[in-house]
Amino acid sequence: MSSNSSYRILKNKIAGGLMFSITVFSVLLVVLIGLGLYLKSVPIFEHNSFWHLIKSSEWRPGNNQFGFLPFIAGTLWITLIAVILALPIALLSALFLTEFSKSYLKKWVFTALDILAGIPSVVYGVWGTLFIVPWISEKLAPHFVEYSTGYTVLAGGIVLGVMILPLLISLFVEIFSAVPREFRDASLSLGATKWQTSKHVILRKTFPGILAAVALALSRAFGETIAVLMVCGNLPLLPHSLFDSCYPLPALIANNYGEMLSVPLYESALMLAAFLLFIVVFIFNASSRAVIYRIERKFK
Amino acid sequence: MKSYPYQNPSRATWAEDYSFLNNDINNDEGLAFNKSYLKVKDLNLYIHKAHILKNVNLEIPDKKVTCIIGPSGCGKSTLLKTFNRLIDDTEGIKYEGSILVDDTDIFDKKTEITDIRKKMGLLSQRPCPLPMSIYDNIAFGCKMHGERNRKKLNQIVEEQLKAVGLWEEVKNRLHAPASKLSIGQQQRLCLARGLAVEPEFILADEATSALDPISSKHIEELFVKLKQDYTIILVTHTLRQALRIADHVIFMYLGEVIEAGSADEIFNNPKQELTRKYLEGAFS
Ligand SMILES: Nc1ncnc2c1ncn2[C@@H]1O[C@H](COP(=O)(O)OP(=O)(O)OP(=O)(O)O)[C@@H](O)[C@H]1O
Ligand SMILES: [Mg+2]
Repeated sequence: MSSNSSYRILKNKIAGGLMFSITVFSVLLVVLIGLGLYLKSVPIFEHNSFWHLIKSSEWRPGNNQFGFLPFIAGTLWITLIAVILALPIALLSALFLTEFSKSYLKKWVFTALDILAGIPSVVYGVWGTLFIVPWISEKLAPHFVEYSTGYTVLAGGIVLGVMILPLLISLFVEIFSAVPREFRDASLSLGATKWQTSKHVILRKTFPGILAAVALALSRAFGETIAVLMVCGNLPLLPHSLFDSCYPLPALIANNYGEMLSVPLYESALMLAAFLLFIVVFIFNASSRAVIYRIERKFK
Repeated sequence: MKSYPYQNPSRATWAEDYSFLNNDINNDEGLAFNKSYLKVKDLNLYIHKAHILKNVNLEIPDKKVTCIIGPSGCGKSTLLKTFNRLIDDTEGIKYEGSILVDDTDIFDKKTEITDIRKKMGLLSQRPCPLPMSIYDNIAFGCKMHGERNRKKLNQIVEEQLKAVGLWEEVKNRLHAPASKLSIGQQQRLCLARGLAVEPEFILADEATSALDPISSKHIEELFVKLKQDYTIILVTHTLRQALRIADHVIFMYLGEVIEAGSADEIFNNPKQELTRKYLEGAFS
């Protein structure tokens, strides 16, 4: 009896220890990747200061000039546009699905969303090239600028927005569905309409969750490569309007990784690009966590 | 002080400690239906294929406390939620018959659902403060109905918090989140929130069952006080509670109304065998 119990306790301890080390290992892996990228990019710092690299927009690898600003700006622009486009659509669709629609409709839409989410990103890229790029070049841009190829920040933002839409909608639906029925009952029984209830109770109650979902979608969007690369023009210039081409960080890495050996510092520069991407996503996630934590405490 | 009105000595002892409840000003009138605002006629309700409410016919007396009692699953909550049509959002719901409030049928296509709900304050089993401050919780209903005047809102908030005896406890932290209140306070807050939109009815679904005895007593006292101005319909599992505060009792069993009448009649002299058995605790 007692030996059996001590065996159980031993087993419990081993299991606990094992799970702890596995957890530490996965966290360590992330740190190691970051560290590896940093070490690989060190050579470039021998010629340029970190701030100079980030602030400069001169990109002439042949002359050993590596200004990352266009790439960072491109990444941020495209991601920002994607979220600005996708967020309201996703919020309204999710509210419609959870608060207004019948459940069979929800099932149908969910199937469609799963399919959308499962489409390989290259297909979105092709769709963007075939439809969005010509549409911008021929229909939209002429209203605003003299000439645009269509391969633009806007195209990248639209394609990326469509790509994160299914993720956002299903996250939001999940978040809204988690609000207990009682909150709706309480609000509705005071005579509030469904829309008022959605706006003042559901959105309010789930605000921290919405932020978390957006943060998740943003992190996903930062790293999206292929589809964006196909529609944004890939010119290493600082974009000045939505109708300029741009060159996001992931596209830079993907496009140039094969040919980097001809210029000695090129590899290091690309590693820095990867490291920057890593840092952007990291800082972004950390700060959004912090914000969400504070808001959650305030709202609870 | 008046003596407890029920004759049956064994049952009257249940209510021993609640002599405070005998300040019932309407007691002398008996239970004459001077007005009955809420009438249910031939109500049948189905969820998917299940027949939940069967041929319900009821009259709820005005400005009285009506208790709905009956075993678990007999359809008490469903009936209550039908009164303010909260049941509409249930998947697969179908109903026929009519419920007349102030002589308008609440199932009528022309009746605005928000108007019906405004008339019926709902108090649920577990208090559910909305995710906002104490002040905003009370003001919520009025704001939703278009009241913007700050002064008026302030006045309503103070008035309603006083009505449920919460004002002194919270007047210095009106802008703190409502969820920080104790459960008992939250339930009174929810009651005040319902009262703020000036309903005619208060529907309470086991509103005291999640509360401690003191808070629960507090709510009961409030119901007795509030019946001067409101028609109160409560679902309860506690027969003692029904005995303490009910003027009118409805006994339901398996979706049917078995017996309805004054509390006096039902508790002391039930006509139906089933009612008698239930009251004696043969099943619950
Ligand atoms: N959404 C639903 N779908 C299917 N059946 C339901 C639904 N809601 C209630 N019912 C059924 O309706 C019947 C009545 O339920 P109701 O909640 O009104 O009972 P109740 O008298 O309030 O019980 P309790 O005292 O336990 O709260 C039950 O048999 C229940 O299973
Ligand atoms: Mg119930």
